Amino acid sequence: MVPETPLVIAVTGLNAIDSPGPGVAVIRAIREGMGRPVRIIGLAYENLEPGIYMDGICDKTYQISYPAAGAEILYNHIKAIHEKEKLDIIIPNFDAELLNFIALSPRLTALGIHSFLPTLEMFNARDKVNLYAFGEKHNLFVPKDRTIYTVREIPFVAEEVGYPLVVKGKYYEAAVCYTLEQAQKAFYKISATWGTPIIIQQFINGTEINIAALGDGEGNTISIIPMRKMYITDKGKAWAGITLEDPLLLKLAQDFVAATNWRGGFELEVMRTVNNELYIMEINPRFPAWIYLSAGAGQNQPAALVRMALGENVPAFTSYDVGKLFIRYAWDMIVDVSRFQQFSAFGQI
Amino acid sequence: MIKKNIATNELGFVFNPATGDSYSTNPIAASIIQMLKDGRSLSDVKKNLLEQYDIDKTTIEKDVDEFVQTLKDHTLLNT
Repeated sequence: MVPETPLVIAVTGLNAIDSPGPGVAVIRAIREGMGRPVRIIGLAYENLEPGIYMDGICDKTYQISYPAAGAEILYNHIKAIHEKEKLDIIIPNFDAELLNFIALSPRLTALGIHSFLPTLEMFNARDKVNLYAFGEKHNLFVPKDRTIYTVREIPFVAEEVGYPLVVKGKYYEAAVCYTLEQAQKAFYKISATWGTPIIIQQFINGTEINIAALGDGEGNTISIIPMRKMYITDKGKAWAGITLEDPLLLKLAQDFVAATNWRGGFELEVMRTVNNELYIMEINPRFPAWIYLSAGAGQNQPAALVRMALGENVPAFTSYDVGKLFIRYAWDMIVDVSRFQQFSAFGQI
Repeated sequence: MIKKNIATNELGFVFNPATGDSYSTNPIAASIIQMLKDGRSLSDVKKNLLEQYDIDKTTIEKDVDEFVQTLKDHTLLNT
């Protein structure tokens, strides 16, 4: 009997650190959920991303250039990797790299590398800087916000949204600020890392709920897993969470997919107020770092995305386990310096 | 009156799948929740407790009503 050819899947986001990328969780779900051999090619930006060195995660890892280097350089990297590895699918997992991958999608498809990504229009509609207008258009609760470029704008915006307010970076980081001084300090800190614009958002008090979901690009939702954060780190990341049963949360995700025809994985960050209003705080255009919980709860979203990227017709999941917890943990690996040297010097391991 | 999807066990653990909240209750509270889950009326629950414990009716009435209010506050009851 001829062994089945492994499906070759490239995955980014191997930084399983205290503010983790989703790559390791995506790989773990794919390995468990495909029911056929897979070969995972890790794509890493930095030489200390834990997923590079973890056993049973990547079969091979290559270093790629930062998104700021532009789409052309990324294309050349991917093409060179493809020549060696014969990639079938690529799954990008960072907000900041998605624009490049969306732009390159037709050229990668021409090489035979499939992906399952939102269009540029979908991607932009849910961008933090457009989120309020998006909510107004589709009758979704979204906190008031304003986009600013200079610290001098804060007092004017604060008059509109009131204190406390949330200062947010374009891609990552947010700080709840109770005074003008705190807001100014947060502006400088976040803009120093992520640049401008900065988003000033109305603060909504409530319970933090996240929803991981998968849209088919035609307005249908293939999978929805709502999760309540049970333990939150100082960076606002869920350290533990539990799957919930609430038809309103499922409807919210379905409404979002119907409004955008979303294609691919996404995460809704939701705040449920004491009056049971569901405010969408942010929409992440990719799987969240806790996506392995979707596999644990019976809806393996990364494996479903791989099948959809291959053009298979994946029926919508109809049930999941409620009350399933994930609890993240820290684990020290021992790695010989030769492996670190190998990746640092040659950009592959 | 208690929501159908509320999960409980014999150790007094209560889980609300809509909110993700979980609680630990003492054996008497657990038995009240179980009786409510079995569809028994509040007056039936009180009568049952009165038969089981050596305590006066007024105290039972007050304590059970207070506990039911606590369940309501935690959105464990149908409104």
